[in-house]
Amino acid sequence: MRFGVVIFPGSNCDHDCIHVLRNVLAQDVVELWHGDSLLDDVDCVVLPGGFAYGDYLRAGAVAATSPIMPSVKSFAASGKPVLGICNGFQVLLEAGLLPGAMLRNQSLQFRCRQVLMSVESTKTPFTWNLREGQILQMPVAHGEGNYFAPKDLLDDIERQVVFRYAEDANPNGSARFIAGVCNKAGNVVGLMPHPERASEAILGSTDGRLIFEAVIEYVTSRSRVPALPRSRAEALR
Amino acid sequence: MTTVRVVITLKPGVLDAQGQAVRQGLHALGYEGVSEVRVGKHIEITMPDEASVDEISAMCDRFLANPLIEEWKIETDALPSRRPS
Repeated sequence: MRFGVVIFPGSNCDHDCIHVLRNVLAQDVVELWHGDSLLDDVDCVVLPGGFAYGDYLRAGAVAATSPIMPSVKSFAASGKPVLGICNGFQVLLEAGLLPGAMLRNQSLQFRCRQVLMSVESTKTPFTWNLREGQILQMPVAHGEGNYFAPKDLLDDIERQVVFRYAEDANPNGSARFIAGVCNKAGNVVGLMPHPERASEAILGSTDGRLIFEAVIEYVTSRSRVPALPRSRAEALR
Repeated sequence: MTTVRVVITLKPGVLDAQGQAVRQGLHALGYEGVSEVRVGKHIEITMPDEASVDEISAMCDRFLANPLIEEWKIETDALPSRRPS
């Protein structure tokens, strides 16, 4: 299958993603420049980590206005898989493709360490063949990963929580220990931990590969992910 | 051309880690009476004289601020009174 990895000025995990997808998982990868507007017939878009546009204004805010983003939005609207990792997650939040916002870490410190997170939803192309409650280990590396949403929104998106920190110590102060969320349809997923930094044994964990392998199998076997159950608030509307 | 000032701050109740760090710094310098610091952004936008507050408000809503966590104030006194044409 063919992945498209979007490169923004300031991305710094783009080549880690490209390396894992191309050299570890033997997939076709196209590098998509943020200033282009076409996605070049890819099956899955990955927004990598880094500090796009220096995180000016707010992390991900300027990147969300990039020429490539309208194409990413229509790609997402067509139901195809989109993954945002760390800064890529922040870009998806700022672009309105995912609910919520990021605040600075509660500790006031940049957190760079291994974390454990649990799979909370298997109704996404990136988790469909994992187990609910399955624990994955991968590193976080961010200063603004404190997931925030007002309480009513948090209640509303409870079923869109895909990953939760599975530790006593929440690394960044995220509301309800949220490490990753998806959109209502489930095809757009964002997470703060870095699966591309946990895809080779030499790096301490290969759990990140499970996320990439899930979407590869999803696309190549045309698997179907069951739709997300409607949230209570939505059902009441 | 006219220059408009926009002040963006985190909504009350939203954790302002930067403000807390600045408060710690002030305490370290002996300003122990400082009970809270909130840090925001000050943006100056230069636009044609006919710029409307609505337009600047739309900029804040769509891009300059994140309405989920931030609020903004447009300092309209920066808009000079219209010159007679």
